[in-house]
Amino acid sequence: MNEPLLRELVPAVIGVLVRRGADFASAEDAVQEALIRALDTWPEDPPRDPKAWLVAVAWRRFLDAARSEASRRGRELAVEAEPVPGPVPAEDDTLRLYFLCAHPSLPQAAAVALTLRAVGGLTTRQIAGAYLVPEATMAQRISRAKRRIAGQPLNQPGDLGTVLRVLYLVFNEGYSGDVDLAAEAIRLARRVAALTGEPEAAGLLALMLLHHARRASRTGSAGRLVPLGEQDRSRWDTRLIAEGVLVLQTALSRDRLGEYQAQAAIAALHADAPSTAETDWTQIVEWYDELLRLTGSPVVRLNRAVAVGEADGPQAGLAALNGVSPDLPRYAAVTAYLRERSGDLERAAGLYAEAARAASSVPERDHLTREAARVRQLLRR
Amino acid sequence: MKYLLLKHYRTDPAHSLSCEPMDQWTPDEVDAHMQYMRDFSARLEKNGEWVDGQALSPEGTFVRYDGEGRPPVTDGPFAETKDLIAGWMVIDVESWDRAVELAGQLSAAPGPGGKPIHEWLEVRPFLTAPPTVTE
Repeated sequence: MNEPLLRELVPAVIGVLVRRGADFASAEDAVQEALIRALDTWPEDPPRDPKAWLVAVAWRRFLDAARSEASRRGRELAVEAEPVPGPVPAEDDTLRLYFLCAHPSLPQAAAVALTLRAVGGLTTRQIAGAYLVPEATMAQRISRAKRRIAGQPLNQPGDLGTVLRVLYLVFNEGYSGDVDLAAEAIRLARRVAALTGEPEAAGLLALMLLHHARRASRTGSAGRLVPLGEQDRSRWDTRLIAEGVLVLQTALSRDRLGEYQAQAAIAALHADAPSTAETDWTQIVEWYDELLRLTGSPVVRLNRAVAVGEADGPQAGLAALNGVSPDLPRYAAVTAYLRERSGDLERAAGLYAEAARAASSVPERDHLTREAARVRQLLRR
Repeated sequence: MKYLLLKHYRTDPAHSLSCEPMDQWTPDEVDAHMQYMRDFSARLEKNGEWVDGQALSPEGTFVRYDGEGRPPVTDGPFAETKDLIAGWMVIDVESWDRAVELAGQLSAAPGPGGKPIHEWLEVRPFLTAPPTVTE
């Protein structure tokens, strides 16, 4: 069975049910049930028209649920007759679903889960597997999210910024479970970029494509983290890079710069370089300056210091750390790297060990421990 | 039967590692150690004995309720503490003996010079749901 195709259909089917008068929460539940049934029965018995099948099954589920609800409460609901679908274009429905699922009133984890289910067409079990929580927990998170946005009209323009943030979070989650969240985020970002035509949506898509292109080279044998400088660049996916660069250039030509476009520009400069030494670090620093102006983020300031270190030498990099809070994650790691390059191996080794203790993931911790060990070995020589 | 294998960051001399901290090993020794740990859990998974495992950051704090209308008291980050949990692994095995055997294998992970580090691990049985048949 073509599972990606099935998932593509989910938001449109929710849209059909909502146009027929279902509320979003019930429509979404009904479509999820139809989706699970499709995953069950389609491999044996594929329908001729998958979308019509999903609509029919979901609508029946919705009616059953509404009827039992109605009889439970002992009152009638006007959902008996099946109204004719209205003339609203399906594309707009999908975009509105994105806005609703990433509604600013939702906690981030809830917005992520709801987006993956209602727009991404994933099952609760798949989402739970990807985020390593029990299925019942994920189901609760989703239904609480739906209660929270109940009553939000589906026909209003929403906040593109929160939609992009949600997709960015999904992309960054990486991969565990049987669903590739990075690929899923790219699929959804592609859709948002096409539906909105906004340069920042395209910027996010470009950013994802350019990072995804390097995925195979980022982990070495046994899950080891390989830093940019040591990656085998022949393993970068040139097709994805070309697409990312093209999407980015088109976005930049609109002359409405935003943080995702600036981040994508930095990623594009890395993707373009045959090695760390041949990277256009000066231009990367300029993009970090833009990014800093756009976001004021201390993390950007920290990353900028690394680029300054490459462009103008480690001392300049260390100077660029002035005013950056040492409490930031990766501060010790960045300082260690710059110290090592400046020849201060003693301090670098201590800082790498400190950075390993502060690491937020096991691969990062292992990598930094190995860096500390490597520098200490240099010291013993 | 399920057992918890607990790994500690120890600072008291009786239980701490006899070898230096890992950042003072050679890179090859670090790699060999990490490979051993990965092989260990992969083997358990293959045996059908693996349930779950996580590593924990050494950063953290103790928290306690401090009365109505007051924020909880936090004490830490573990300034005085001699024992921190570094991570845990849950295994589902046939017997207590098997749990001890596996913990012993995990403790034999290589350190400097490729020699086992003899790390102390804590093995604790899970309390289970009551059985259906009780008489």
